[in-house]
Amino acid sequence: MSYYWQYGTLGALTAVGGAFVVIAFLGNRLMRPRKPRVEKATTYECGMDPVGEGWSNTHIRYYLFAFLFVIFDVESVFLFPWAVQLEKLRPQGTVLVEMIVFIGILAIGLLYAWKKKVLEWVK
Amino acid sequence: MILAATGPEIAFWGFAVVAGIAGFFVVGSRNVVHAALYLVGVLGSVGAIYIVLGAEFVGWVQILIYVGAIVVLLLFGIMLTKAPIGGVALDNNQRPVAFIVAATTFGGLTWIIWRTFGGTRIRLSPTRTAQIGNSLFTHFVLPFEAVSVLLLAALVGAIVLARRD
Amino acid sequence: MNLAWPLTLGALLFSIGVYGVLARRNAVLVLMSIELMLNAVNVNLVAFSTWIRETIAIGQIFALFVITIAAAEVGIGLAIVLLIFRNRETINIDEIDLLKW
Repeated sequence: MSYYWQYGTLGALTAVGGAFVVIAFLGNRLMRPRKPRVEKATTYECGMDPVGEGWSNTHIRYYLFAFLFVIFDVESVFLFPWAVQLEKLRPQGTVLVEMIVFIGILAIGLLYAWKKKVLEWVK
Repeated sequence: MILAATGPEIAFWGFAVVAGIAGFFVVGSRNVVHAALYLVGVLGSVGAIYIVLGAEFVGWVQILIYVGAIVVLLLFGIMLTKAPIGGVALDNNQRPVAFIVAATTFGGLTWIIWRTFGGTRIRLSPTRTAQIGNSLFTHFVLPFEAVSVLLLAALVGAIVLARRD
Repeated sequence: MNLAWPLTLGALLFSIGVYGVLARRNAVLVLMSIELMLNAVNVNLVAFSTWIRETIAIGQIFALFVITIAAAEVGIGLAIVLLIFRNRETINIDEIDLLKW
């Protein structure tokens, strides 16, 4: 049952950490003076009066970068069990080739993105 | 039916309740960004439930991919589409019908589940990451390579769709 | 633990997802609801994997594949939503009815 004990320790630590933050902020809220004013509630924008709304449209380029990140995040997920088992599985060469093929196919995608100039940050 | 409340079971209950409540807020929230943040609650709790059920690796993958990547992508989607925060209605006029359909689905599924598996008990035991790797790279090599082709297709498709020229 | 409890949680998440898909107008929110449904399926897969205790952990491997496919699906889905937004200035599913007559 060591598995659940370890996660129990992790959970207890998380609970204590969360309680620490909650108690600290609650104590702060209880003890601090509270004098709300309109200026205090405005958005801080380097000391100037805020201009426009907080909601601005983002460029679609960010989306492609985010999606590239997601793709390679998924790839890294498959690397973990591979790295754990690489030295134990036989035949070793095959396991290595499996991952090389996997990464190679994904590298084609990265190459395509490069060719299509997705990776360039033009103004 | 008496539940022997062991530690993992209590943890399961806690996370299941959090997942359920946050799930209701995902489909009920009037603010798109709040819905995405409640979705983080659901996905995180479900990840914790995987860990409780012994699927350690899947649990952490859930946190890594869903919470770390997919939710970020969804937030980018929200920001890029200038989604209305409050004001404009996010729901259509099918809410009663949708509720009836969802409630019927839940009722029917629950009935079937409890009829079939009502007395089935599972013994919780962890699956090691090594086991996953063993299985993935000996029994599931072809699906694994197919996944890379799928990801490649998705990447190329997203680039084609998202580029202006 | 009773096997039925994780399955019931899966059913609950799936039903919530069904409600979201049917009742939401915003395409991004519909995608979020689809994520909920995929998660419900994964809960079932993992629960059954734990119950059957097979040595090669098929259920968990399938859950991994489902998570991967969900990532690809969300990426493409959002790219389509962004394209629609760019062309039509709206992502309300009620108003996207080009193929309907």
